Amino acid sequence: MSKRVLLIEDEPNIIEAIRFVLSRAGYAVDTHSDGSSALEAIRAKSPDMVILDVMLPNRSGYDILRDLRESDGMAALPVLMLTARGQKKDREMAERYGASRFMTKPFSNAEMVSTVTELLGQ
Amino acid sequence: MPRSGLTGSRIRERRMHLGMQQAILARTVGISAAYLNLIEHNRRRIAGKLLNDIARVLSVEPNLLAEGAESGLIDALRDAAAGPGDRPDGLSRPEDFAGRFPGWAALVAAQHRRILALEHTVEALTDRLTHDPQLAASMHEMLSVVTAIRATAGILAEPGELDPDWQFRFHRNLYEDSRRLAESSQALVEYLDSADDGSGETGLTLPQEELEGWLERRGYHVAELEDGARPQDVLEGAQALQGSPAARSLANDYLTQYSTDALAMPLETFSEAIDELGHDPAALAGRFGCDLAAVFRRLASLPTAPGEAGIGLVECDSSGTLTSRKPVEGFALPRFGAACPLWPLYQALARPMTPVRARVEQAGRNAATYLAYAISQPAARPGFDLPQVFRATMLILPEELAGRGAEPKILPIGSSCRICPRSGCTARREPSILTDGF
Repeated sequence: MSKRVLLIEDEPNIIEAIRFVLSRAGYAVDTHSDGSSALEAIRAKSPDMVILDVMLPNRSGYDILRDLRESDGMAALPVLMLTARGQKKDREMAERYGASRFMTKPFSNAEMVSTVTELLGQ
Repeated sequence: MPRSGLTGSRIRERRMHLGMQQAILARTVGISAAYLNLIEHNRRRIAGKLLNDIARVLSVEPNLLAEGAESGLIDALRDAAAGPGDRPDGLSRPEDFAGRFPGWAALVAAQHRRILALEHTVEALTDRLTHDPQLAASMHEMLSVVTAIRATAGILAEPGELDPDWQFRFHRNLYEDSRRLAESSQALVEYLDSADDGSGETGLTLPQEELEGWLERRGYHVAELEDGARPQDVLEGAQALQGSPAARSLANDYLTQYSTDALAMPLETFSEAIDELGHDPAALAGRFGCDLAAVFRRLASLPTAPGEAGIGLVECDSSGTLTSRKPVEGFALPRFGAACPLWPLYQALARPMTPVRARVEQAGRNAATYLAYAISQPAARPGFDLPQVFRATMLILPEELAGRGAEPKILPIGSSCRICPRSGCTARREPSILTDGF
């Protein structure tokens, strides 16, 4: 059975490209675009990992991650953070909030697939 | 060269020499006739923009009205000599230099003014690049589009067959994103172009900046409201605010508050009270039965333009965000982002309803000492089960207006951390470009 990835991102064409490359690599990809209901979407879909954008409508990805890590059974869920800022302090903030990995936009498709594969232990 | 206190008399003499009525001059420069009368009888100080405006209408150089023919040049030389860094000996008598070498002296003064203007521009641009929300949003938009283009182009560039439907979709996405990128880039260029209009300013784009620009041109004094005009009538006549609904909304709130304050503390009686009590906010609040924040606003609305006799004012909301700024020379106010945490404004915010007073001085060139008064009051009528929201207000009063009894100890403060050179400050939240570079 395919591993399930939940992509939380609000840019439609980024969603389509990532969905395509991950599906082609053998993953089942769900998507969600709104920050305020992201936690509910994660609980409802129970993915094997989450790709989470920092800048989302209505709620920051950091806030979502913090609440996720405090939720029952979510402490070890792999989370890949996507951000437009790649400075050291942004990377440190992502780690402090509990991100498993951190990726700066723009990224290559190969980098995305290899990171997801690594986080899912495959 | 000693300064004369008879600026008002010179204005009156010049106006009468031209045969101009007092009311006409007052209306032309945007102040009430009553206030001009106080100025002409040397009962109100005048400097900065208002002096420049009156000089322009009277077709005379501002310095001739204020201080005499050469004082501006000598002041500029004295200011240049007092700047930071190592200074050679022999700079103590700028009058001699100006007298013997007037051409060279004028060149030194002009270059000094140019340096000050460039420093101001550097500070403003640094502030903008660090904190400007529109620039940050624009850069985020561009990076998002670039990310989509790179991911899509990466798929299309891969070797091997791609399903025609997918190929069509990705080509369409690429076209849409490239168009978005072009539009975003063009908008960013236009935005940055507006920051360099040759005026030395860095562009007026945010609603608060639009309102402050309009107020700046009026010296933060609205003569029509002093004469009893309705706020909505003043707003309808403000051409500079017609294009922005957000700025109009802010202006409506500002003018309504101004009108309320002017009604409670009419200009003539308020000026007379200042003559009697001095610029003492507590005494004036007691005289008029108004709260301290209202008195702060009223003092700052007197048409004393930025300069040595200017009165500054800042307000912030409960988050510490500056919501209103009336600048004053020698006390830099950040255009974007947070200000210095040491300001009495924030001390007051931490202690609602407790008046705070301190003598303050910012680091840097042209710094002057001011007496700062601050108070934090509820921003709205309190209600049950609602968060209590406060607004803090700080009056920035020049020492020459502060009178006796002021706090003797000077509190060293900054503007914002990015442009503050003070080292070892416990309140610092980020490095300074003045000590650590860009």
